[in-house]
Amino acid sequence: MTEEFASYYNRRILKPPTWREVNIGGYLYLGGLAGASSVFAAGGQLTGRPALARVGKVAALAGITLSLVALVEDLGRPARFVNMLRTFKPTSPMNMGSWLLAAYAPLAGVSALCDLTGKLPLVGRAACYGAAVIGPAITTYTAVLVSDTAVPAWHEGHREMPFLFAGSATATAAGAALIATPRSENAPARRAAVLGAALELAAGRLMRRRIGMIAESYERGRAGSLLRAAEALALAGTAGALVAGRSRALALLSGAAFMAGSACLRLGVFSAGVASTEDPRYTVVPQRNRLSAASQDRDRQYA
Amino acid sequence: MTAARSIPVATRLPQVQEETGYPEHPPRMGFFTDTSVCIGCKACEVACKEWNLLPSDAPFELTGMSFDNTEQLSGSTWRHVAFIEQRKPVKAPDGAGDQGQGSGDQGSGDLRWLMASDVCKHCTDAACLDVCPTGSLFRTEFGTVVVQQDICNGCGYCVSACPYGVIDKREEDGRVFKCTLCYDRQVDGLTPACAKACPTESIQYGPVDELLQRAAARLQELRQDGVADARLYGHDPADGVRGNGAFFLLLDEPEVYGLPPAPKVTTRDLPSMWRHAAVAALTLACGIAAAFATARR
Ligand code: SF4
Ligand code: SF4
Repeated sequence: MTEEFASYYNRRILKPPTWREVNIGGYLYLGGLAGASSVFAAGGQLTGRPALARVGKVAALAGITLSLVALVEDLGRPARFVNMLRTFKPTSPMNMGSWLLAAYAPLAGVSALCDLTGKLPLVGRAACYGAAVIGPAITTYTAVLVSDTAVPAWHEGHREMPFLFAGSATATAAGAALIATPRSENAPARRAAVLGAALELAAGRLMRRRIGMIAESYERGRAGSLLRAAEALALAGTAGALVAGRSRALALLSGAAFMAGSACLRLGVFSAGVASTEDPRYTVVPQRNRLSAASQDRDRQYA
Repeated sequence: MTAARSIPVATRLPQVQEETGYPEHPPRMGFFTDTSVCIGCKACEVACKEWNLLPSDAPFELTGMSFDNTEQLSGSTWRHVAFIEQRKPVKAPDGAGDQGQGSGDQGSGDLRWLMASDVCKHCTDAACLDVCPTGSLFRTEFGTVVVQQDICNGCGYCVSACPYGVIDKREEDGRVFKCTLCYDRQVDGLTPACAKACPTESIQYGPVDELLQRAAARLQELRQDGVADARLYGHDPADGVRGNGAFFLLLDEPEVYGLPPAPKVTTRDLPSMWRHAAVAALTLACGIAAAFATARR
């Protein structure tokens, strides 16, 4: 691997994302919280854990509402948000995501409102299961959204990113459940939180190993600090969750750690992406390596 | 130098209008920018700004790095002239001294200037167009890529998708802007403003297949003159974007000019991304289901 590279006065080649970190980092986080919470809600409903089901439904509605606000507020022309739905375009993950949200948000809304008001229980139950079917897609489509760009840190990580986001979403939704559900009903959340954190840690490590020098954008600067905090919080949350069956206070602390860790992870991934566009190294060096690998292949072929 | 090898250059770029579904269309039009004759006068930058009524890039600042104070393409700069001041021993292979090529300074040994007018590449596989969620970006009958300003909602997805860092958002406006290849002039059969203004024919406009032939001939000529560094960029339908409607003749590596050496349209990996996302979504659902199934009361 060569580390020497030429550039135009060390200026960046790519344009950094125009997205604001709070809005889009927040959008990734809240979408994850909502989607995975819907799955918890369905699980709670199915296994007779009404408190857990309610927490899941409310978290899903709150998450998806806030994430939509964050998304629309980030547009240069918010009033034109509906233009996302003037076409159906499978090559655009943002377009597909808009359709997913258009299907999911009403289900999450009906599910939560029926539960809270006690009206139309059957409709509410059906909406809850519907939201749980779409929920997992809401948590991982955002990985495709960021990976389907020229941003080196995001694009090159496109294989692991959905697993990273799925793990982080599971952990944060479980965290919300740990905070707001009584001990008698939080056993599934404790287990899922540990699974989610493990998936998040493993996918993150694997991604950084596989993307070569681009991994530096995840390790340095603001992104590095955020991601180290995310790992520490996930580990602390896991430790708490393993013993949280015994105490409500421990469950609260552990849940908060998972939620904060997941938020740091999303913001860290966002920062790493921005950093990887600002330094031409992350554009030139991997592309040069790709070119020389291709020419070696050719040489082998004709040798 | 021994007789220059002949350099294979594709003679045809993909007929992208047919792929888009135009039953009838004019030939695919584009630019060939021959940087070896660029004198860095910036007439193209000015002509583009004037014709397209582009706002100034405030605040004006001197970069201090070269005569280039424009720095980059942006929402309000659709042609950008790069200036590269190089200390590079540029000797012909027989050791006869300076090549005296293009913009080189013959008297001063190893100092040379490279100048190049950059522009939107009007990619065959255009990432900006692929990812645009509103359909605001579209393929014209000339095979170029243009933003419909009445539809763009300023989501910025195209900005992150372009592998060349071309398209950008005007913060004060909220929408994105880039080169249209002077679509309004094209429909009237006129040459785009930059090519019209270029005094050295560094910027050439025409049907891309014709331009490709011209580019191949020019490359051959320069190689025969001993300019071993000369190369084409963006002309190859086998590259990561299936070739550009605007391609270049360069005198050094692309990255020296601020161009990516091997760009790839991001959507080529999209099927794999969706597959991974689907498996990850299933993993999440199964994981939470397993947590419920094994949890004791
Ligand atoms: S260079 Fe960028 S902005 Fe121009 S067509 Fe290609 S992807 Fe789009
Ligand atoms: S900013 Fe405008 S042109 Fe670019 S992807 Fe969004 S809607 Fe399309």
